[in-house]
Order: sequence, then C-alpha cells, then structure tokens
Amino acid sequence: MKYLCLVYLEEKILKGFPSDTRRAISDDAMSYCEKLQKAGRLLAASPLHPVETATTVRVREGTISATDGPFAETKEQLGGFLMIDVPDLNDAIRIAAQFPAAKFGSIEVRPMKELGCAD
Amino acid sequence: MGDDVSTGARAKVDEFYRAESRYVLATLIRLLGDFDAAEEALQEAFSVAMEQWPRDGIPANPRAWLVSTGRFKAIDGMRRRARYDASLNELAHHIETTTGDSSEQEDEHIEDDRLRLIFTCCHPALAEEAQIPMTLREVCNLTTEEIARALLTKPATIAQRIVRAKAKIRDARIPYEVPPPSELPERIETVLRVVYLVFNEGYSASFGTSLTRAELSDEAIRLGRLLLQLLPEPEVIGLLALMLLHESRRPARTSATGDLVLLEQQDRSRWNRAQSSEGISLIERALSMKRIGPYTLQATIAAVHAEAPSAAETDWAQIVALYDLLLRVDPSPIVELNRAAAVAIRDGPAKGLALVDELLARGELATYHLAHATRADLCRRLGKNADARTSYERALALAKQGPEQRFLRQRLMELN
Repeated sequence: MKYLCLVYLEEKILKGFPSDTRRAISDDAMSYCEKLQKAGRLLAASPLHPVETATTVRVREGTISATDGPFAETKEQLGGFLMIDVPDLNDAIRIAAQFPAAKFGSIEVRPMKELGCAD
Repeated sequence: MGDDVSTGARAKVDEFYRAESRYVLATLIRLLGDFDAAEEALQEAFSVAMEQWPRDGIPANPRAWLVSTGRFKAIDGMRRRARYDASLNELAHHIETTTGDSSEQEDEHIEDDRLRLIFTCCHPALAEEAQIPMTLREVCNLTTEEIARALLTKPATIAQRIVRAKAKIRDARIPYEVPPPSELPERIETVLRVVYLVFNEGYSASFGTSLTRAELSDEAIRLGRLLLQLLPEPEVIGLLALMLLHESRRPARTSATGDLVLLEQQDRSRWNRAQSSEGISLIERALSMKRIGPYTLQATIAAVHAEAPSAAETDWAQIVALYDLLLRVDPSPIVELNRAAAVAIRDGPAKGLALVDELLARGELATYHLAHATRADLCRRLGKNADARTSYERALALAKQGPEQRFLRQRLMELN
C-alpha cells in the first residue's frame, strides 16, 4: 500500500536552529531516505521551498485564479513529503516516526487510493 | 426427532451466540480481512447452525464449526457476486488459498484473535470518540442503541462513528495484529485508557441525571479480566485492581435518594468486600512484578482506603507518599489536586488550601469543578465562609451532573 507522508513543520523553528543543527537534520533526513530507498520502500521524497513561494490555484466558473500563499494559513507549514510503499499503516507510522522532522514537526500519513495514473 | 431435542438445540445455539459470537467474529475478521464481511459471515454461520444443529446435533467443536461455516459462506457469497464484480473472484481465491480450514489450527489462534480485535478497535490512529464505541460494539457485543444510551449520544452518531472507524481501518489499512513487543507498552497504554474511560463513563458519568451507569463499569471490568487473561502485564493487573476497588464502593456512593456521598461519609459496611479483596490481591501480584505504573499506584491508594475501617483511621501519610510517587510516574494537575486533599487531612486544611490555591493560580484546573469544590470545602473548614461560598458557586456553575449539582447546592445552603 502506498502512503504519502506530509511533513509539516514551523519554518520559524527550523530557521531558529543554529546552522550546523539545520545541516545535521538535513543530512539525517537524506541518509534516512537513502536507507528507505535501498530497502525498496521509498518511491519519492523531497523537501519543499518555504511557504512564501506557494501559489494556490483555483478555477471558478471557468476563471483561473492563482493567489499568493498556501491553501490554509496554519502555524505549521508543509515542508516536504515522502511517498512510501509498505504493507500497512503500522509500518507507515514506524517510518514516519523515524523521520528526523517528526521530533519538532508533525507528519500526516495519508493512504493513497489505488487508481489514476500512479502506476 | 422430538420437539424437546430441537428446542434444546435451538436454546444451545442462542447460548452459544451470547458466549462465543465475539470469538468467532474475531477469527473471521482475520480470515476475511474485513469487519463487515466477517459480521455478515458470522450471522450466516449462526443461521445455518439454527437450521442444522436441531436436526443433526451439535458438532464436536462448535466454535471451529462456526468459523469454518462462516468462512465457507463468505467465499461462496463472493463467488456468487463475482458475476457483477470480477475482483471478488480473485479475493475469494486469495482467502481460500491463504487461510486454512483446519479446525484445530484455528482453535490455537482464538485467543490471539481476541487480542488482535482489541488492539485494532483501540488503534491510536482511530479517534478516541470512535475507539470506545468500536470496543463496546465489536469486543463486548453491545448494540448501537445500548452504546448510545450508555454514552448519552444518539444511536445515529454512534453508528456513524463506527462506520467511519471501519472505513479508516480498511482504507488506511490498519493491520489486524497484536503489536510487536517493542511497541507493546505504548499500545497497551491506549487499550488500558479505553477500558478505563469505559469504566469511568459508567462510574461517574460526566453528564446526565444518574450518578452511575453500572452496565458500562461491568463491561469495563469484564474487558479488564479478558485482557488480564490474554496479557498478564503489571499495568493490566493494576487497572483491573483499580476498577474493582472503585466498583466495590458503588453501593455506598449514593444515598437512598440518589444523592452523592463523599468517601469520608460513606457507610463502609456497604462496600463490596469480595471485590475489594480481589483488588487487593491483584495489587500484591502487580507490585511483585517490580514494574510499577500509574494504574497500580492508583489502585494501591484505593486499597489503603479499602483497608481503613473509617476515614479518620486511614493511613493518610501513606496516601500522600503514594501520590508523591504517582506524580513522579505520571504527573498531572488532577493528581496534584488529590494529593493536596490528602495533605489537608494529614497536615490540616490550611496546608491543603495553600496547595490548592497555588494549583488554581496555574490555571490548568480553572474549569475543573472538583478543584473549586475542594477549595470551597477547605475554606469552609477554616471558617472562611465568604471564600467558601464563591468557590462553591464556581464549582456549581461548572458541574454537569445532577447529583453533584444537588450536593453543591446543599453545601451552599448549609453555609447561609
């Protein structure tokens, strides 16, 4: 089963860390993803640029509107994602729990529907 | 065949349904991988039993017979519906080839399946408001109406929570398993919390007119016994002990007119001694295992009360010491409040009041009616009637339960 793990964190908290801590977190995340990939459980993963770069697109009555900012203004922002393929939710929770950002952010684990053009 | 025989067999099926249906269901969920399919298969198996047992006699291993019949009926049903949905054929084949039909083999799994069912209903990925109805429905076999009545909610709301929980189990693929040892302590905690919530819902309902809803507490104790049978961990023992010790006071907790009677005023001769002595011997067992958790400590506090002939003859020093220990293991403002009330008896109301005021100043208990009621009581004892009145009024404004409101009103009247 495929799960999308959405990594939410307060960008302020991340920016508040000393630069070598930030580098260590990023290195840990990279090596963790490599490990998952080697085990055949990671399909894709990426950090995202800060939320100021977000654009939200809607089409209403045929008119496209593209507005500055994220879909929802919340304290924590979507900072990156991991797309994993594991047998069940317990495995997905285990993988999410070991992701470095889980210690200061939150990870939303969403099962992916088995349709569309994903395969 | 005589009518007596068939009536007897039918009664036997009914009896079996009450005693065994949850075991059969727990195994069918594992075999079929789906709650609704298992529920349907269970009903089918029992209707076949109703037809066959009076005619052919009761099988040697009825539980295994029911599992095997339910499994067969489910596979058969999938094959028939495969005409409209080809994927069902594949599923039927999968179930047929991956699950055995050997009765003996299934019997070995039966206890594990019960545990799997409990851990799944209490999975932390399910909302707490869904964990309780799921447990009461699937593990305890209460109907949606019974659960709604017990939890003072509408049956439609309960039904919806159960439907949503089942959908999440299916769509997010929550596995039907007992967690591995490394995750067990955390997961047991969730299960114990659900059982304790069920108990408390029955012991001191947070809303409504009646102080106790005995059936829910009974269910919680039954669940506690089942868990202990399956998982003899210290905190599982501790929780069962705690529930039994609280339950033992039930006959003395309310007056003939349905009013609340505080621990110190309770007629201790009305306490259920069988329950309290079972609780005490369970604590001894839990303490001997050397891993002491919050449930065991709370049960030990309850045991000190149970062993005291009266409130005055209670070992308050020991109770304060146990609260100190509990605060280290599981700190919470409510434990601090209870400790303050025990200190007030050990060292006098002034000492207790200082602690309660300090606690209230921190704000966490500002909307907890018992914090204000405790403060009011201590002020009353110290002769600070104006302060007592203000706190009783605040407690009354926050209390949601009929008997507690009556109790607080009574105290206010006594002050005037």
